Amino acid sequence: MVQNSTISPGDTLLKVDHVSLRFGGVKAITDVSFDIRKGEIRAIIGPNGAGKTSMLNVINGFYHPQDGTITYKGATRAKMKPYVAASQGIARTFQNVALFKGMSTLDNIMVGRTLKMKSSFFWQIFRHGPAMTEEIAHRRMVEEIIDFLEIEHIRKVPVGKLPYGLQKRVELGRALAMEPELLLLDEPMAGMNLEEKEDMCRFILDVKEQYGTTIALIEHDMGVVMDLSDRVVVLEYGRKIADGTPDEVKANQAVIDAYLGVAH
Amino acid sequence: MEQDASAALDTFPKWLAHQAHARPSRPGMRHKDLGIWTEWSWAEVAQNVRAYALGLMAHGLQRGDRIAIIGNNRPKLYWSMMAAQSVGAIPVPVYADSVADEMAYVLEHAEVKFACVQDQEQVDKILSVSDRLPNIAFVFYDEPRGLRAYDHSRLQAIEEVIAQGKGLMLADPEANRRLDAEIARGTGEDISVILYTSGTTGRSKGVMLSAGRCIAAARDTVAFDGLSDRDNVLAYLPLAWVGDHYLNYAQALIAGFCINCPESPETAVEDRREVGNTYAFAPPRVFEGMLTRIMIRMEDASWLKRKLFHYYMGVAKLWGEKILDGKPVPVLARLNYAIGELLVYGPLKNVMGLTTVRVGYTAGEAIGPELFSFFRSIGLNLKQLYGQTEAFLFVTCQKDDGVRADCVGPATPNVEIRIAEDGEVLYKSPGQFVGYYKDPEKTAETMTPDGFVKTGDAGFFEKDGQLRIIDRAKDVGRLKSGALFAPKYIENKLKFFPNIREVVAFGQGEEFVTVFLNIDLVAVGNWAERNNVSYGSYQELAGHPQVYDILAGHVAEVNRQLAEEPMMARAQVHRFLILHKELDADDGELTRTQKVRRGFIADRYASLVKALYDGSTEADISTEVTFEDGRKGVISARVKVMDATVAPVAAMPQAAE
Repeated sequence: MVQNSTISPGDTLLKVDHVSLRFGGVKAITDVSFDIRKGEIRAIIGPNGAGKTSMLNVINGFYHPQDGTITYKGATRAKMKPYVAASQGIARTFQNVALFKGMSTLDNIMVGRTLKMKSSFFWQIFRHGPAMTEEIAHRRMVEEIIDFLEIEHIRKVPVGKLPYGLQKRVELGRALAMEPELLLLDEPMAGMNLEEKEDMCRFILDVKEQYGTTIALIEHDMGVVMDLSDRVVVLEYGRKIADGTPDEVKANQAVIDAYLGVAH
Repeated sequence: MEQDASAALDTFPKWLAHQAHARPSRPGMRHKDLGIWTEWSWAEVAQNVRAYALGLMAHGLQRGDRIAIIGNNRPKLYWSMMAAQSVGAIPVPVYADSVADEMAYVLEHAEVKFACVQDQEQVDKILSVSDRLPNIAFVFYDEPRGLRAYDHSRLQAIEEVIAQGKGLMLADPEANRRLDAEIARGTGEDISVILYTSGTTGRSKGVMLSAGRCIAAARDTVAFDGLSDRDNVLAYLPLAWVGDHYLNYAQALIAGFCINCPESPETAVEDRREVGNTYAFAPPRVFEGMLTRIMIRMEDASWLKRKLFHYYMGVAKLWGEKILDGKPVPVLARLNYAIGELLVYGPLKNVMGLTTVRVGYTAGEAIGPELFSFFRSIGLNLKQLYGQTEAFLFVTCQKDDGVRADCVGPATPNVEIRIAEDGEVLYKSPGQFVGYYKDPEKTAETMTPDGFVKTGDAGFFEKDGQLRIIDRAKDVGRLKSGALFAPKYIENKLKFFPNIREVVAFGQGEEFVTVFLNIDLVAVGNWAERNNVSYGSYQELAGHPQVYDILAGHVAEVNRQLAEEPMMARAQVHRFLILHKELDADDGELTRTQKVRRGFIADRYASLVKALYDGSTEADISTEVTFEDGRKGVISARVKVMDATVAPVAAMPQAAE
């Protein structure tokens, strides 16, 4: 397992190099390259079907690109399983919330600690000895996340009963429980009202500040993207059409035509 | 004035020392943090407060300085008050949910030198108005999250101040001597705290309360209800409200009971259950919320549970209050009630966190008789009190065996009450205020020449010696016909319906009475869900024709009740409308304690008020709203106006729907 990376803030954490992804004859991503620097908030935007979610899936090993390479923390990889990505410090949330609906908030976030659990299966069955000591330490970490995300009041509520905005927050909590180095957020604010969006923005900024986590996010709300992110990459029909700071991207004619200026 | 060690306990720091000495290992404070209840004994509380006070002195806090306390109920904020008072400084608690501008007004008016706040949100608010607050030398915070990157030249964690003070405690005998001298110098004459009233009309006023009087008042009521160090309270009321300062701060320091701070305001219900509070206060709104939630859950319960619930609620209604009051009850009924306790009342109280409550109080608003009876009939010793900030809370309160829903009880021990000729209630109490801060004119206006305080409320004594409050004295008016018009009286009657959250009545100098209604989103939303009524927003639900019909029924019912009261029969509601948005304190429509500001609302919704009186069936309105972050937006709507069914005076009631 990769521990204690030597990458300092500002260096390239992840590099996507000429990646192409096809499903049969359909080209989802065509020859896209960009990088994510440590400690930044990197937004991926684009119209529907531009290949944003596919891109995230490629990064965390869910899809395997036909061409191109991905370099994470200096190691180039061709194919990688999602659990390997997870163990290397890549966590994510999903566009459609993917939680265990019948389990409580607490248990869902505890799931995020699975990879950090060291005690043997034997002790875990009996929940004694080293497993107990370990669980207490993990529980503390989970409680800190609950406190951080201000979800104390739903600690024991089954997540299926929660409103959407809170489910999104629990999902973020589960991703944070992995203590990720790179956090991938797939439309963290979809379907939220203004107040929930503002809360979520604050949490994302706090995550970056407090844990120093690098964040890559897909988001449709342009106001949010321009406020939050340090750099933005714009995709259209699987191709990269722009890359730069929010101001640069806003001024880019191709982007204006593809996305911002044209009503759909 | 110098005092020797055996002097009376006339300040809160002296009481703290007393508790640390008398019951060092009893729990003084608890806080649920990271899911676990952390406990401090009185000795530890005193130790921390002492260190904190030393730290604050090292930062330059001096006798007489004002120090703002802003946030939810947290041990460190309570310690801030105790530490400030130890040095002889005056804590000024501020409502945590007030927007930056309101906060700036209080901080500016009180000329605070330091502020102790909960978290980043409050720090941000203070920073955003810092140009208006040149006096603030330091801001101390409890919760470090998000503040790491801030400029710390005038910002520090409370924890660090305490740590610094702990260092001084060991290393600097001179500082210790100075602190001891300050504590000893404190007298009952000192201003102990300045509480800003929520201000139903205009800007809030700073009510100065002296230490000696606070303690005298709290001692009387601790004795009255037999409170001891075995009691537990859950501190969830706003710190800036007199109720919190009285019930959770003053009484705890005197009786030595434990102040439990919830994890967050949203978890109060759960935390109350865990702590098992024995002494509870809640405004009627909170009790109403509990009952509404219970009723909604019962609707979804299984057939058997529903039957059981309704049967035993019937039993409770018949006998519950009589058993509570110790009146004679047949043996069989007692037995049946005991079974009900086992099957229904006990579990209900457990769910609401009321199992262990020995003394419960409600105040602040009139409580609906049915709501009140519900809680009493399941065995909760719920009583009413009447009070105000200027009295340091208690003016009247009910004895355990003298409880009724429509009155607020006889005068509290050592309180003198007089009814003025115009009906206004006047009192003289042990806890009464010293004056309004920097406003001797207002102080003089509020006092009678012989030292009574004017409450501004109109009321009278019932035959059994209990006080009955009708309305704010200045709000009681007359219709054009000369009929008595008490808006609050009508509003309260309407608000007793769970579907109605807020009411504003108009009628002063008019032909007839009209009202604005606010629906209760929980209750009406639940009704909509059960009846397949779809709606997209609050606005849409509020304007739904079926919702109008339901509320028309409620208004007609209230009219029937009014028709039976000779004084009020002519003040029936003739027309009403349902507002398209919830009245909100952020928009200045309610006070921070959730009371309607009638005049302000009349101005703001002038076009709607006009429509109520000119016979039109609809009116357009656009209003500015303030979001939680202080930004503004506009809501526009077309609101329907409806005629209400007016009951014939002294005639047979007729069905409305």
